[in-house]
Amino acid sequence: MKNILEAKNLVKEYSQTQGFFSRTKNIIRALSQVSISIEKGKTLAVVGESGSGKSTLAKSLIKLIEVDDGSIYFEGVHLDSLTSAELKSTRRNIQMVFQDPYASLNPRMKIKDILEEPLIIHNIDVPSGRQKKIKKMIIRVGLGEDDLKKYPHEFSGGQRQRIGIARALILSPKLVICDEPVSALDVSVQAQIIQLLKSLQKEFELTYLFITHDLRIVRHIADRVFVMKEGKLMEQGKTDIIFNSPKTAYTKELLASIPGNRKLKRNK
Amino acid sequence: MNKDLLEINQLTISPKNNPQLHLVDDISFQLKKGKTTCIVGESGSGKSLTALSIIKLLSNQLSASGKFFFNGEDITNIPEKEMRLKRGQNIAMIFQEPMTSLNPVLTIGYQIQEAVKVHHNLEKNQLQKRTHELLDLVGIPSNRASSFPDELSGGQRQRIMIAMAMSCNPTLLIADEPTTALDVTVQAQILDLLDNLKNKLDMTMLFITHDFGVVNDIADDVIVMFKGKIVEQGSVKNVLSKPSHPYTKALLNCVPDSAGKKVLKPINYEKLYKMMAK
Repeated sequence: MKNILEAKNLVKEYSQTQGFFSRTKNIIRALSQVSISIEKGKTLAVVGESGSGKSTLAKSLIKLIEVDDGSIYFEGVHLDSLTSAELKSTRRNIQMVFQDPYASLNPRMKIKDILEEPLIIHNIDVPSGRQKKIKKMIIRVGLGEDDLKKYPHEFSGGQRQRIGIARALILSPKLVICDEPVSALDVSVQAQIIQLLKSLQKEFELTYLFITHDLRIVRHIADRVFVMKEGKLMEQGKTDIIFNSPKTAYTKELLASIPGNRKLKRNK
Repeated sequence: MNKDLLEINQLTISPKNNPQLHLVDDISFQLKKGKTTCIVGESGSGKSLTALSIIKLLSNQLSASGKFFFNGEDITNIPEKEMRLKRGQNIAMIFQEPMTSLNPVLTIGYQIQEAVKVHHNLEKNQLQKRTHELLDLVGIPSNRASSFPDELSGGQRQRIMIAMAMSCNPTLLIADEPTTALDVTVQAQILDLLDNLKNKLDMTMLFITHDFGVVNDIADDVIVMFKGKIVEQGSVKNVLSKPSHPYTKALLNCVPDSAGKKVLKPINYEKLYKMMAK
């Protein structure tokens, strides 16, 4: 099986009511007929501006939100055909790293509990085995064993993102969905996290779905790019091809907006 | 004729309850008239504090020492009353998060008028005219004056903030990460707008950012800050293509380039400190 995940014709609509009493509804199509397939062991980047539906797409793929229409296949199995117990065990294989490491770690839990929780939920290993796993993982993401006793607020943004990554990887997933994992970080920290994600991918043969609005990062990490706008797929293809010969006007505009490339436009 | 609009000498900022800790440590720099100077640095490098100290809006928990000269005039110890006149009139500032800087329950037209009224005594219809002029200047249709901030997009809100900053034709505009919260395409538009306004209104700009791409696009001069100190300053061309300080070099190695050829190298701080100690 070449594709680890495939989704066909996903549709998700949000309705907005306006005014206090009026029933006028605005329907926003966050996803309209989006199909996506993610190749095993590769990195697929989904790019687009805010409101383009990229996060909705990511969340719908692991059924954090229900789509209105369309089908999702993980390793060839239709997710809707699974019982809830089966869905739970499938989710073990799809983990997510979130954008905001400040908001996605429970401030009242110690790091060791944060990392143990997914193992308990999925009923993996005995307590002593879990502790071993946790220790190994925290060192792998570049933190120390002492850090396990600490709370999230004692860490910097980059360190918290490492914890978020450790939590996602502790279940040995096959697919990791990274929703803007480095957008909130300084460039120096960003570089560390990107290197970490790359080396983890090699070591654990991970597949990444990488959601970002920063095209410079895409170039460094992605094998393929999927450009979205207003809930629709604009174009997709190999990273080099998208960057060197974009087909749609929108992709061209996005590429032209990358900071650092625009000096020529200025009248100096 | 003085070539520097603003001169800062030996600025040090410390918390009042811990004077030994220097958040900004003995920095001096000048802003050339009509040029855009960027301060780049990571979070915590002191770049925002430096900007706030110029318009004397530092938190009262912090104390700043050092000398400030604006257009040749010593503004180090001028009373708050005079400083209020300078703020807006001579020095204006825009911030990163436009939504938190706007009042959500007042129309944008009212808020722009408010800014104009502080410094100019205008008749009602003149005030309205000026508001429409300002909206025009930043590319917002003047019939949007009756809109509330939540009815606007992030980019439009930032344009409103810029309109308010422009209300008194300031000579110095301080922009603290004005495009960080925006999409790339919108960011490109706002950078163009700021650059055009700078040329049109003959302003000097101090632009704070952490993005070297933005620096390359907008700046004439760059100041690189690290842990409260200036580690390097010079023209964009020199600093970006021939960085001399190890920190600048290391930081530039972390910046992803759109060609994707470069290998990202995270900063090795131990090595960096050793090199800096030399």
